[in-house]
Amino acid sequence: MQELRERAAALLADGTVDRVLGWRAGDMPWNPEPAYFETQESLRDFVYDGFCGANLSKYMIEASKLDGKTLVCLKPCDTYSFNQLLKEHRVDRDKAYIIGVGCRGKLDMEKIRAHGIKGIRTIRGAGIEEDEKTLSIDTIYGQKSISYEDAMLSRCHVCKGKEHRIFDEQLGTSKETQDADRFAEVERIEAMSPEERFAFFQKELSKCIRCNACRNVCPACSCRKCVFDSTKFDSAQKANSDSFEEKMFHIIRAFHVAGRCTDCGECSRVCPQGIPLHLFNRKFIKDIDVFYGEYQAGADAESKGPLTSYTIEDVEPGIVGERG
Amino acid sequence: MQRIGVFVCHCGSNIAATVDVKKVVEMALFEPGVVHAEEYPYMCSEAGQSKIASAIREKALTGLVICSCSPRMHETTFRNAAKKAGLNPYMVEIANIREHCSWIHKDMEEATKKAVILARAAIAKVNLNAPLTPGESLVTKRALVIGGGIAGIQTALDIADAGYEVDIVEKTPSIGGRMSQLDKTFPTLDCSACILTPKMVDAAAHEKITIYTYSEVEKVTGFVGDFTVDIRRKARSVNMDKCTGCGVCQEKCPSKKIPSEFNRGLGNRTAIYTPFAQAIPNVPVIDRENCIKFKTGKCGVCAKVCQAGAVDYDQQDEIVTQKYGAIVVATGFDVIRLDQYDEYAYSQSPDVITSLELERVMNAAGPTKGHLERLSDGKAPKEMVFIQCVGSRCADSRGKSYCSKICCMYTAKHAMLIRDKYPDVNVTVFYIDVRTPGKNFDEFYRRAVEQYGVNYIKGQVGKVIPQPDGKLLVQGVDLLDNRRILKEADMVVLAAAIEPNPDVRKIATMLTASIDTNNFLTEAHAKLRPVESPTAGIFLSGVCQGPKDIPETVAQAGAAAVKVIGLLARDRLMTNPCTAQSDELLCNGCSMCANVCPYGAITYETRQVNDHGIREERRLAVVNGALCQGCGACTVACPSGAMDLKGFSNRELIAEVDAICR
Repeated sequence: MQELRERAAALLADGTVDRVLGWRAGDMPWNPEPAYFETQESLRDFVYDGFCGANLSKYMIEASKLDGKTLVCLKPCDTYSFNQLLKEHRVDRDKAYIIGVGCRGKLDMEKIRAHGIKGIRTIRGAGIEEDEKTLSIDTIYGQKSISYEDAMLSRCHVCKGKEHRIFDEQLGTSKETQDADRFAEVERIEAMSPEERFAFFQKELSKCIRCNACRNVCPACSCRKCVFDSTKFDSAQKANSDSFEEKMFHIIRAFHVAGRCTDCGECSRVCPQGIPLHLFNRKFIKDIDVFYGEYQAGADAESKGPLTSYTIEDVEPGIVGERG
Repeated sequence: MQRIGVFVCHCGSNIAATVDVKKVVEMALFEPGVVHAEEYPYMCSEAGQSKIASAIREKALTGLVICSCSPRMHETTFRNAAKKAGLNPYMVEIANIREHCSWIHKDMEEATKKAVILARAAIAKVNLNAPLTPGESLVTKRALVIGGGIAGIQTALDIADAGYEVDIVEKTPSIGGRMSQLDKTFPTLDCSACILTPKMVDAAAHEKITIYTYSEVEKVTGFVGDFTVDIRRKARSVNMDKCTGCGVCQEKCPSKKIPSEFNRGLGNRTAIYTPFAQAIPNVPVIDRENCIKFKTGKCGVCAKVCQAGAVDYDQQDEIVTQKYGAIVVATGFDVIRLDQYDEYAYSQSPDVITSLELERVMNAAGPTKGHLERLSDGKAPKEMVFIQCVGSRCADSRGKSYCSKICCMYTAKHAMLIRDKYPDVNVTVFYIDVRTPGKNFDEFYRRAVEQYGVNYIKGQVGKVIPQPDGKLLVQGVDLLDNRRILKEADMVVLAAAIEPNPDVRKIATMLTASIDTNNFLTEAHAKLRPVESPTAGIFLSGVCQGPKDIPETVAQAGAAAVKVIGLLARDRLMTNPCTAQSDELLCNGCSMCANVCPYGAITYETRQVNDHGIREERRLAVVNGALCQGCGACTVACPSGAMDLKGFSNRELIAEVDAICR
């Protein structure tokens, strides 16, 4: 972290960049927040540790409109989102100075809490350079510990890899954290009967409070004006008139990001209700892989999207009926 | 607020017998915006149209809803009527209460309820409609014909005779198609080549016709009147300008054992070859996969013997890009593969052949020089059995559900020719039905039975079993006598079903022309527009549209040509005003719409916008109205809903759905 902070300060000092987009400490040790740093002094507050899960690539949409370059810290998985935004002309490559920062998996406070660890005062072992296998947590109830792996976000267990897909320079080392099958959860749901599946999503989505956090954090949900906010459509701020309509927001959102979602997992990370929203997107990704060939959105900024290009081998639309 | 008039048509009894039209009128008057509603027996008639015109004038109508037949039938009629009465034609909506309602329902109460709902949806849309004005586009006075068989040749000749340029693209090295493989033609028994080759020569000699053989359509863009097509001219390895067609290269070519496609694999050809003697152009191609020079680098005999120096091993594929006003599909057919019909022992015995193979056997230029002989031992057959409907009229998924239409007649022809030339050969035909609808067709079949003594047995064959002595044991039934038949035959001929050329799927996709479940191209209207595809500017000629014989094919080819001529004779076409437009304040500039646009109608520009006081430079989608065909692909690709289709806007469509669900 120190190295990263010093490098950022140097790039600010020599005028390469006008600001730094990173994270600063929050009010608790586990909630650092995205922040701009415009002076070397302000970089004192800069942090980068295991709790910096936030994907900063979406902030580059607004940062691209500012004068001068913005230094942006991107984890390997964040670079997919940046590439996708680049492909959609939503960010300006020339306005970004990308430092590919190392990552050894990001931590999930909910997982720690689920282990019965409460009243937390300080957490040790979450640093990025450290290679400690265990988090030592000082709580008002005494000293607790949990292994780093058990405290990791679910998305890190299906990590897409430690390579940065786009960067100007790289700092720090990354670790493979993938130890689970990315589509296992989807397959479990596919195996359900339609009734069971409906009941599953009914149960999950009925928790939704429409806070819009998933949409606001999603790098694929980058519309200037979201259809759910626009008065041009009857969908804006519409009250749910029945139990099906509460699903519509998430279903429509999943369709809108289909073929563009990089599976960064931010939607599920930020959901205050713990809804596994990534499942919708991952189902689309799985189907796209099957029907149009393996495709990873954001792996590069040039290739054609499977849903916005046509080849003679494309599956016939009737496949939907055939699969039931 | 619109002032809407609703006009409910009885269509004689077509609608009125199932839908209570008075009730539809009554209910329509409750709908918002409706100031006038009436019913009439034939709205499309002169009298019906004048009722509409007078209502427009007297009630100052701003929009019309016509509850009648499908818009594919009479939308234009009613739009023109509205236009004559001074109303914008795009303020007319059709509620299809015939095809979508009266024709498919029996219960009057239910059908009436549905008709009211359909009317309500159309009224809801008209309430949001805005007048639209079509533009104009220019017509490229040149036609493309895909396929150089008799259908394609005839269409091209007719278009060219009217004075327009035509290009024929043919996949194989020569034009001529299936007809060139046939020996004699029913019902007059004239030689196929004798009537086809003059037409091939005419096409080749016609100053308005350009023939691209050994070529394939690779890419099609554009729309009616203005298509741009990339044609891949595959490397022939022979310079067409230098070759004199002397044929020495074919005589000297050492690769002589390649199964000849033209002879259906019954004879061989060389690696450098013309498919048949009368081929046009009479310029050989080198089959690179089988040529020793291309395989090993050694040989080069053809180049050495060619006096004209025409052989060119370095020739490359060439892409020709050309603009066309109209495209005719004439891709023809092939017989089905018989792997699923092993009960007939086609793959086990060389003496079980298809009818198309028999054509080659009977042909003087064929593999047996026209002698009827068993392909296994060259002996003259004494007993011949023909099996009809192999894969046609098939109830299971092995074959085709349809009748291939030509088999009854060509089998009668084969039987008759064999009995005529070889009176000692007994000919038996197993059939389901003998179908002879055509001029002089039944007389022809009767002659085969009565004059030539062909033995027709109504019944199917269950199995053909090759015997150790080389004979074929045919197990069948005679349904009229209700007895099993066991018959020894020397040769068995299968009337295999015909199916559209497999390439048609790829071509139809490029042309956005629709095809049916059997891969036949769909007509715009089964009865009234049989040679047009529903896609404007695409026309159908020959078997690609459905099974047909030569006279029908030639007639349809001429009909397709007339439609093309009618199109090319116009200088300008009215363009569809229902094009896409982008709301600049919603546009993300993300290029999704441009990526999916099949017409290349969307470009981007960066310009300043004023978004509620925020002025900033934005990358924005711009639709070229002249190129946009209103397909709507962009409107569904656009995540922010910035793209919308004039005349079919999201709001209009949702209003229709809401009206139905109300």
